[in-house]
Amino acid sequence: MSVRTRELFGLIPVSLLVSAGFAAVLLSRTQDVSDLTATYGVAFLGLCVFGHLFIRARLPDADPYLYPLGALLAAFGLVMIYRIDADLAREQAQWFVIGLALFCATIYFLPDHHVLERYRYTIAAAGIALLMLPRMPGIGAQVNGAYLAVKLGPLQFQPAEFAKLAIIVFLASYLRDVRDVLVRARLKPLTVPQQALLYGIPLLVVLLLVAALGLGPVAAVLLAVFALSVVSLVRERPSLKHFGPLLLVWGLAMVMLLFIRDLGSSLMFFGGFLALLYVATARLSIVGAGATLFLGGAAYFASTVSHVEKRVDTWLHPFDRELYEATGGSFQIAQSLFAQADGGLFGQGFGEALLELPGGGTILPAAHTDLIYAVITDELGLFGAAGLILVYLLFCARGFKTALVASDGFSKLLATGLTAVFALQVFVIVGGVTKVIPLTGVTLPFVSYGGSSILANMVLLALLLIVSDHARRDRGRMGPGGLV
Amino acid sequence: MNRQIVQLFGLTLILFGILIAFTSRWTVFEAASLEDETLNRRALIEEQQVPRGLILARNGDVLARSDPRGRGRRRVYVRSYPQGETYAHAVGYSYIERDRVGLERSRNDALSGKLNEFGTIFRELARQDREGDDVVSTLDPAGQQTAIDALAGRRGAIVALEPATGRVRVMVSSPSYDPNQISDNAYFRELATDEETRPLVNRTTQPRYQPGSTFKVVTAAAALDSGKLTPESIVDGSSPQTISGVPLANSGNVSYGPITFTDALTNSVNTVFARVGEQVGRGTLLEYMDRFGFNRDPQLDYPDGEMEVSGIRNSAGRLVGADDGFDVGRVAIGQGGSEGQIQVTPLQMAEVAAAVGNRGKLIRPRLTERVVGKDGRVEEQIDPAEQSQVMKPESADQLAQMMSRVVEEGTGTAAALSGIEVAGKTGTAEVRDGSLNQVWFIAFAPVEDPRMAIAVTLEDLPPGTSGGRDAAPLAAQVLQTLLGGS
Repeated sequence: MSVRTRELFGLIPVSLLVSAGFAAVLLSRTQDVSDLTATYGVAFLGLCVFGHLFIRARLPDADPYLYPLGALLAAFGLVMIYRIDADLAREQAQWFVIGLALFCATIYFLPDHHVLERYRYTIAAAGIALLMLPRMPGIGAQVNGAYLAVKLGPLQFQPAEFAKLAIIVFLASYLRDVRDVLVRARLKPLTVPQQALLYGIPLLVVLLLVAALGLGPVAAVLLAVFALSVVSLVRERPSLKHFGPLLLVWGLAMVMLLFIRDLGSSLMFFGGFLALLYVATARLSIVGAGATLFLGGAAYFASTVSHVEKRVDTWLHPFDRELYEATGGSFQIAQSLFAQADGGLFGQGFGEALLELPGGGTILPAAHTDLIYAVITDELGLFGAAGLILVYLLFCARGFKTALVASDGFSKLLATGLTAVFALQVFVIVGGVTKVIPLTGVTLPFVSYGGSSILANMVLLALLLIVSDHARRDRGRMGPGGLV
Repeated sequence: MNRQIVQLFGLTLILFGILIAFTSRWTVFEAASLEDETLNRRALIEEQQVPRGLILARNGDVLARSDPRGRGRRRVYVRSYPQGETYAHAVGYSYIERDRVGLERSRNDALSGKLNEFGTIFRELARQDREGDDVVSTLDPAGQQTAIDALAGRRGAIVALEPATGRVRVMVSSPSYDPNQISDNAYFRELATDEETRPLVNRTTQPRYQPGSTFKVVTAAAALDSGKLTPESIVDGSSPQTISGVPLANSGNVSYGPITFTDALTNSVNTVFARVGEQVGRGTLLEYMDRFGFNRDPQLDYPDGEMEVSGIRNSAGRLVGADDGFDVGRVAIGQGGSEGQIQVTPLQMAEVAAAVGNRGKLIRPRLTERVVGKDGRVEEQIDPAEQSQVMKPESADQLAQMMSRVVEEGTGTAAALSGIEVAGKTGTAEVRDGSLNQVWFIAFAPVEDPRMAIAVTLEDLPPGTSGGRDAAPLAAQVLQTLLGGS
């Protein structure tokens, strides 16, 4: 079976899901059945097949599972949104049409992703500019204290979704260049006494500092990890020239926290950045230093920026009566947890979750965007939610697989970065909804309602497929190695 | 770089594993506590959107129904009680603003159509809307109305049940209230703060009353069944006699001399029964009480929180045991002291009469006949279930004959019915330092084939009143209604 035929077969479960999902939702509210709504599923499948044919023509060797997995997520999201609000589903479907167009355009105009390397500084600048847009007077819009959206007349879009792609492209290309000079390839191994001295002294200093300043256990661990990471980094004799841009990215993440005031998206950016650094340099010390710096900065902002502080408070005490009743308080996360508790193992069934109060008003704020995972858990239960996470995991597995088979550094880093930032986005929003971390307004890729999110993720998928096509073709040329 | 990429995938696995772990935490492991969280009003809102099942009398009269308000997805259902005050305590009420009580609470799962996980899936597959089941109660409208009329607004209670099946036919507590208005705050506050009449209290199951001489039936059962006495045994009815070191007198200090045990019950001779109690002993008396259903949660399908446990309680209100040294002689005649005072609910005393009438076998009392689905299918049929064999059938027969003498020629003649032989026992307990009377009558009828048992009590009647004079006629009226028709 050819790779592309396998992809086509992969679309069969998608078609089953779309038909079954729409059928279930339609049946659960027999009063507003119409032929128009029934055609949704068919139209969506038509689009999927069109996308498939396009890939068949342009990227014949690309990974056969990424596209059906993306389509599966999109179909799932569409059904969920349709169940929440039929009008929103119509808009979402339109966004998918535009997204597919952008997907095809990306593949058509970017036959070789290495072209991107040439424009890396332009792309980086564009990414930063995009991030700053929401703070521009006149077009920026504040939602729940965070600056994530830009309003242009009737259109609203979230530039951070595109900025994440730009930053990953820049980092992949930059790190491919400097990864060899960033750290020394071979370090002389140290004897035990040398090690004890090298790490013991800073550790002692940290302990003294902790005692002197009266720091808590969390702060102490952070400080210790930071100190040891820095010591270990210094041994590499890093050149400031090459580290400069990276420090800039750290600064950027901090500025983002200040500017955008959104913990979730900065976590996503910075996490992607650290993932790429680690893959490029294989140095845990860099991750250690970076992560502690980020957490320290985040903790500092959490205690100074009232909006971030509130987010953290509501995360820690969702059932505090005062926080629950405050505007922008813990109402949303508390309701999210209540909705999930209603789901149980198997859920209440499609279309059965309680979203609206009988007297009007909503019980689950932002059900179609932030809290869509809570709605899914409510209606499909733990099994349904775990299934969704599994689909995301498979998508990430194929993304990392693409990175593994890619032959050049840029391709590897690009695929890794795109996949990592995708996985982090899932973690940030699902983790927020399930109270693993503070809840922030990030979309669930392919599933949440939102034009920017769909468009950006379609481009992400296109980039992964392009990388994959090249990688697998190169491999194929090298020999008859078994490629899945 | 490949090693790092694989490690990164491993990290992704861990992170997604955390997500699934937390999702299962909220959906399964901590779901119950989240549902109990007071901020969580989802269950209430959802139940509002489900038409709750009907509660019916045994003849099909609607006692509680759900009326739709609003339309479309905004539709909610609100409970209404067409019979008003008549069934208030038995049926209870169910309002979001006011919680739920009574049968509405004990049968809530059926009424609200609650199913388990798998049931929900099947309903999903069968495409049925959630809908509550109907509850057919055992209550008898005619008997209920007669009891209300008989009590005439006075503070008291009447319970009637079938000895052989445990079906509660009458459960009336007076004064009553209108469940339709209970969600009104002013009305509720007025009811809740009325310390004098306490209309919200179900007097058939909640108060702890002194049973007076009706408790002699329990003492007699213990004496007969344990072989200490026969109905013909000659006992000493002189008065006063010293019981636990304190003189005890008969009513009016009448001295009867040597009489049969049957005559002693007929005339409710205190001195005899106090002696009998001492003869039987604490352990045996408590054992028979246990078999009658004392000292444990009543088995009625009614919320436990709305039923009091009958038994011997000390001045702190705690149930006492055989080792606690209570005055068994005075307990045996329905009194007691600070170390132990017998305190009962009318439901318990009706069960005592029922157990004697059913040849010593106590059947578990119940308010529900069956649960019926909206499609007419019987979801649950509640069959008679034996709670305990209190005594040998022969002992019960002897006791039944003794109790029939009470109505024939003793203290309970006011309960006599024409054509139906009634067996009963009167009781008059002095309360509030002897200034007022708690009057009682318990009975079953017909004696040969008992189809109904009853307990009647009235609170705080003035001096000069008695169970035979003031409670027995009420029992007669209700029994006449319940038995007369068939």
